[in-house]
Amino acid sequence: MTTQRVVAGTAVDFDDDGFMDKPEQWSEDVAETLAGEIGISPLTDRHWQVIEFCRSDFQAQGEIPTLRRITTVGGVPTKELYKLFPKGPAKKVAYVSGLKKPSGCI
Amino acid sequence: MFEDTDRKLCIICSKGTLDMAYPGLVLANAALMEGIDVTMFFTFWGLDIINERKMRNLKFVPIGNPSMPIPNAIGGLPGMTNMATAVMKREIAGLGFPPIDEFLEMITDAGGKLYACKMSVDMFEDMRMMDEDDLFERVEGVVGATDFMEMSKDAQIIFI
Repeated sequence: MTTQRVVAGTAVDFDDDGFMDKPEQWSEDVAETLAGEIGISPLTDRHWQVIEFCRSDFQAQGEIPTLRRITTVGGVPTKELYKLFPKGPAKKVAYVSGLKKPSGCI
Repeated sequence: MFEDTDRKLCIICSKGTLDMAYPGLVLANAALMEGIDVTMFFTFWGLDIINERKMRNLKFVPIGNPSMPIPNAIGGLPGMTNMATAVMKREIAGLGFPPIDEFLEMITDAGGKLYACKMSVDMFEDMRMMDEDDLFERVEGVVGATDFMEMSKDAQIIFI
């Protein structure tokens, strides 16, 4: 079951977990709005570096990158990740990047 | 979905083998990724996980483990522990999990706190098996059981 709501002026589908159902509906404006909804505003260059890495890595690998992958491959240290996306970065990063709820253990 | 949680988790690590070190570290890291406050307490053999001289060389012992598909008589042969350890380390790395020292750095960078058990440190120092100076630099301190009771107030506790 998906639910649809208007985010930044466009219709966006969300899955049962509340994450975006279709990554192709994502845009930078959508990301800004979703981030604002969960208290992350404004998005800085470093936020964008994380988001862009997640989206391109997902496209290349077909899997949502783990936080460890964002640090080791994406080049954003753990400490900084937790500052950029405080209190539960794994889900917040995926949510803002328009990806599904991450299921990895790391 | 993203409400801040006041959930607290305390994980007690009492075993120092490779296979018993990872569960605590994985759970601690997972909790931090969910925004949960994490304190880790290392006691008895669990101290090896935060001992600079041992943490990179934790072993997986194949004997006395009925889950292993090889008989004890084979698992006890010279070199089997090192071989089993090497295989497990390779698998762990292959799944994207870091080695112990790096994992502890990740956990502390994410805000997790590490403490060593005072009784165990005293005992192992007495037996000349370790020195307090051997503790990993990220360890916050050496604390007693009563301190742990204060620290773990309102926390969920996992004993490994």
